[in-house]
Amino acid sequence: MENLLSYIPLDLSLIAGNFDRFLYGVWTTLNLTFLALALGGVLAIPMALARAARHPVWNPVVWSYTYVFRGTPLLVQTYLIYYGAGQFKAVRNSWLWDPILSSAWWCALIAFTLNTAAYTTELLRGAIVDTPKGEVEAAIATGHSYAARMRRIVLPSAFRRAIPAYSNEVIFMLHGSVVASTITLQDILGVGRWLNGRYYLAYEGFVTAALLYFVIVFAITRVFRALERRYLRHLAPRETGMRPAPKTVAKSMEHS
Amino acid sequence: MELILDYRAQLVAGSLTTIELALASLVLSVVLGLLGAGAKLSASPAARTTAGAYTTIVRGVPDLVLIMLVFFGGQVSVNAIGALTGLWDYVEISQFVAGAATIGVIFGAYFTETFRGAILSIPRGQIEAGIACGMRRSLIFRHIIWPQMVRYALPGFTNNWLVQLKTTALVSVIGLQDLVYNAFSAGRSTGALFTFMAAAFVIYLALTAVSDLALRALDRRYSRGVARA
Repeated sequence: MENLLSYIPLDLSLIAGNFDRFLYGVWTTLNLTFLALALGGVLAIPMALARAARHPVWNPVVWSYTYVFRGTPLLVQTYLIYYGAGQFKAVRNSWLWDPILSSAWWCALIAFTLNTAAYTTELLRGAIVDTPKGEVEAAIATGHSYAARMRRIVLPSAFRRAIPAYSNEVIFMLHGSVVASTITLQDILGVGRWLNGRYYLAYEGFVTAALLYFVIVFAITRVFRALERRYLRHLAPRETGMRPAPKTVAKSMEHS
Repeated sequence: MELILDYRAQLVAGSLTTIELALASLVLSVVLGLLGAGAKLSASPAARTTAGAYTTIVRGVPDLVLIMLVFFGGQVSVNAIGALTGLWDYVEISQFVAGAATIGVIFGAYFTETFRGAILSIPRGQIEAGIACGMRRSLIFRHIIWPQMVRYALPGFTNNWLVQLKTTALVSVIGLQDLVYNAFSAGRSTGALFTFMAAAFVIYLALTAVSDLALRALDRRYSRGVARA
């Protein structure tokens, strides 16, 4: 056994010595992931409203967009923007090129935002459509306009209903953000690959990256569990002092 | 467009590799999913804990990290064990094997949840009725659980498969000559990366669209005789 371990050494001092780089990688990953989620979320709200209202023009347009972005890999979307944009002279000469489309960071952010916006639109659309009909009728009967109805009645409850599915989306976006390391960015995996390449290692960088991602996923799950307890309290099983009911069917992956 | 036609052999070969990789990993993940669901629902606490650890760990770590760990680290481990035990000589793990194995294991965790949910949706009384009639476990699985499980699991199965198919794109990063890799190298050598990445984009879209339609048809078939609201 001791012999075996000597074949699989994990050089902890190397990991510790480069831990500041890993922390910087954590910052890059979190920064990209949460900026994309925030921007994508903002884009998703009007698109989800258009889909839910079956707007004659915008519904098919938005549907095509979400279908295309949910039907292709994030890696290909990112490559298309980062490597593809440079093919056109007009793009290279435009004002967009220098600060934005020639930068890996901006391209990753654009790709991630468009990707998460597509998934968020669909899950939000589902939550909006699931609003109890009576609530909408009551809002109409009390003279609410469409805008007031959405703002006061539909969206607040739709956001709550979307929390469980959205927690999946957040974790998928975090997982998807490893694509950034393939276009030269030093996110968590990027640092792991750099460490392994530099010292010619097989494990250390990847194992450290895996652990860091695991910790972040664990933290995100915890935050969402707290959010669900707070905002979905009305749906929780009633406490009767008896033993809790057995767990029901777990939600399978919402992402497609 | 002409450029794409010039390189169509590469694109077709890459697409076929992508499809093979996706199918190979699908077979592994369905087997693991069935075993995992069985373990999660079993009476043995050890089996439940093992299956729980499997799904938690695998779903907490991004696909590409595990693919790289298996491809680069697995190579070293396998040869270290071979050298130590003398059971095999130097083995080279190919990108295809590393990718199919890793993606299969990852999606096995998602299929575990899908199948577990599907089995739980089968009314317990039916299984008890089977036991009461003196059916063996294998007979109960074949005649009562399986036909209904397929129906309940199909929507989740479709979802998982679509994600799995798209995930295979990541194996290009470790050098498997799949659709992304071939499109990228064709784009590199012609200076038309947008054209070729767009071609890959369209091919992936076609693959997911066809799978979606096919699985929906299958869903309708297995749901015959079920009233739908």
